[in-house]
Amino acid sequence: MKAPRRWMLWLLALCVLPLLLQQVGNGWVRIADTALLYVLLAVGLNIVVGYAGLLDLGYVAFFAVGAYLYALLASPHLMETFEWLAVMLPGGLHTPLWLVIPAAAALAGLLGVLLGAPTLKLRGDYLAIVTLGFGEIIRVFLNNLDQPVNLTNGPKGLGTIDPVTVFGHPLSRRLDLGFVELPSVTLYYYLFLLLVVVAVVFSHRLETSRIGRAWMAIREDEIAARAMGIDTRNLKLLAFGMGATLGGVSGTLFASFQGFVSPESFSLMESVMIVAMVVLGGLGHLPGVILGAVLLSALPEVLRYTVGPLMALTDGRLDPAILRQLLIALAMILVMLWRPRGLWPSPEHGSPAASPSKGAGA
Amino acid sequence: MDILLQQVINGLVLGSMYALVALGYTMVYGIINLINFAHGEVLMVGAITSWTVAIWLQDVAPGLSGPVMLVISLVVACTVAALLNLTIEKLAYRPLRHAPKLAPLITAIGVSILLQTLAMIIWKPNYKPFPALLPTTPFDIAGAVITPVQIMILVVTACSLAVLMWLVHATRLGRAMRATAENPRVASLMGVRPDAVISATFIIGAVLAAIAGVMWALNYGTVHHAMGFLPGLKAFTAAVFGGIGNLAGAVVGGLLLGLIESIGSGYIGDLTGGVLGSHYADIFAFLVLILMLTLRPSGLLGERVADRA
Repeated sequence: MKAPRRWMLWLLALCVLPLLLQQVGNGWVRIADTALLYVLLAVGLNIVVGYAGLLDLGYVAFFAVGAYLYALLASPHLMETFEWLAVMLPGGLHTPLWLVIPAAAALAGLLGVLLGAPTLKLRGDYLAIVTLGFGEIIRVFLNNLDQPVNLTNGPKGLGTIDPVTVFGHPLSRRLDLGFVELPSVTLYYYLFLLLVVVAVVFSHRLETSRIGRAWMAIREDEIAARAMGIDTRNLKLLAFGMGATLGGVSGTLFASFQGFVSPESFSLMESVMIVAMVVLGGLGHLPGVILGAVLLSALPEVLRYTVGPLMALTDGRLDPAILRQLLIALAMILVMLWRPRGLWPSPEHGSPAASPSKGAGA
Repeated sequence: MDILLQQVINGLVLGSMYALVALGYTMVYGIINLINFAHGEVLMVGAITSWTVAIWLQDVAPGLSGPVMLVISLVVACTVAALLNLTIEKLAYRPLRHAPKLAPLITAIGVSILLQTLAMIIWKPNYKPFPALLPTTPFDIAGAVITPVQIMILVVTACSLAVLMWLVHATRLGRAMRATAENPRVASLMGVRPDAVISATFIIGAVLAAIAGVMWALNYGTVHHAMGFLPGLKAFTAAVFGGIGNLAGAVVGGLLLGLIESIGSGYIGDLTGGVLGSHYADIFAFLVLILMLTLRPSGLLGERVADRA
């Protein structure tokens, strides 16, 4: 039993990490927080893209649904829009995150199933376009639902969202344990870490379960999978719905962590970025996916400190955001060309299956 | 009544541009079963190239008349787009032709973002006003107006379609293309070189996309690095709408989608009592796409697509 001990060591290291980082500066802990949030998203998307082989380009839409749901239920915005609500609830609307998480999971999952049902029976690549379109629709609505009734506050977004409260202690306030003082970002770090661990364990159990094996069979060869008696349609729907659910849950955390949401955070580029994390790390291989998420979410921070001279050299054309986009695009292409299974692929699926009669599919 | 006529004219103009782009998607899909996500970016590169040429011409040869400049910049744009698409196919898609299905799709998305980013670096991310190369005085038809640019778009689209139909149905290359789309292995046994056919398909698609891009730029008067995204997405919708892999379907789908969008956004305000405004125009395409895939996934004129993952 070597493996569990190794995992415990990893976990211990991850628990100590923010304590070291906060000595350097809270900004670094914040970067770690963001990385954990992306790991959560990437693990969710990995169920869809990595296990079941369904390309979802609108993943961020589910993330947005979760984020906006929490933002609406835990900020003064709805009170300002509907006066009768303010009269009914004089204390303000402060739905606890723990109530919103199941609601967000249900709503995002439902949307995923509604969207997946008509498209999943078709060729895989239609799904990519439909999800992409869905992501755009959500964004159009978020941007425009500030009239006639101001629901989403349009492009300006929603602010003053409640922080998460754990055992009566809001995570936005520092916690003094006596021997060590934990600032807000570190508290969020532990919350996210907990959820990442839960998601990873859940996802790993799924991977090795009957369902997970069925997903991978579908990914490798759908016709053969069906011939083996796998209900491909329902299983694909399950994968899509589960991915959406995790996306919705991550969204609520994002909203409470940021305290502010706006449509800008849910652009197509975000969806592509999460896909890139999964693809880059290793489709369907959890350690790879986590590696991909950490690498790509830390990338902009690294760039911020290194591209100064490059920016000056190129007359300001290569700012960190553009460079990041450029690197992501190149990484997606080059990884697919040279290491189609990602940087850290799953060992047992190491040898790519020779695809026999690709030409017969015309 | 004249409002309806106006919306129909706008819809046809919009739809014919969608049709040109949709043809590129449909041809590539018909032959190698790949959704070329970068197709919209080829349109963008065509448009920005033509802008660069037009600006340069105005600078070095101000005596040239607008239409001449337009023709020159159009030719350059088509050439650049064709070379670009050819290169993309060679470098990014050809090595993956027999790879697992997800690989080329992800590469295509990567290429799309790469082109957008490169365009942003080369031409800077601002909106650039496209010079008015054609007269701007509109004509009056029964209460509706149509600009010379719009007339030209309709004419150019019709001509391009005629040339394409001739190319596909009456030439050796066209026969090879149709044979490859039908069954690549048998086609290659009959002496067709699939690589050459695929290259030709990408070139034709790029030329059509570049034409559409220049028309788009003229019609809306601006070019920028992200301009290819929405037309690309909608043209793909048009291709699915008409039945992917089917040339006539792409044209019908494009025109219908243009009409739906234009008439829909014209009337949505009245129909919903002002609740939804014309800024919801962009969601019509996706609603059409989702409805179509639910009700008739093969498209208006297409074949069965439901099986085969």
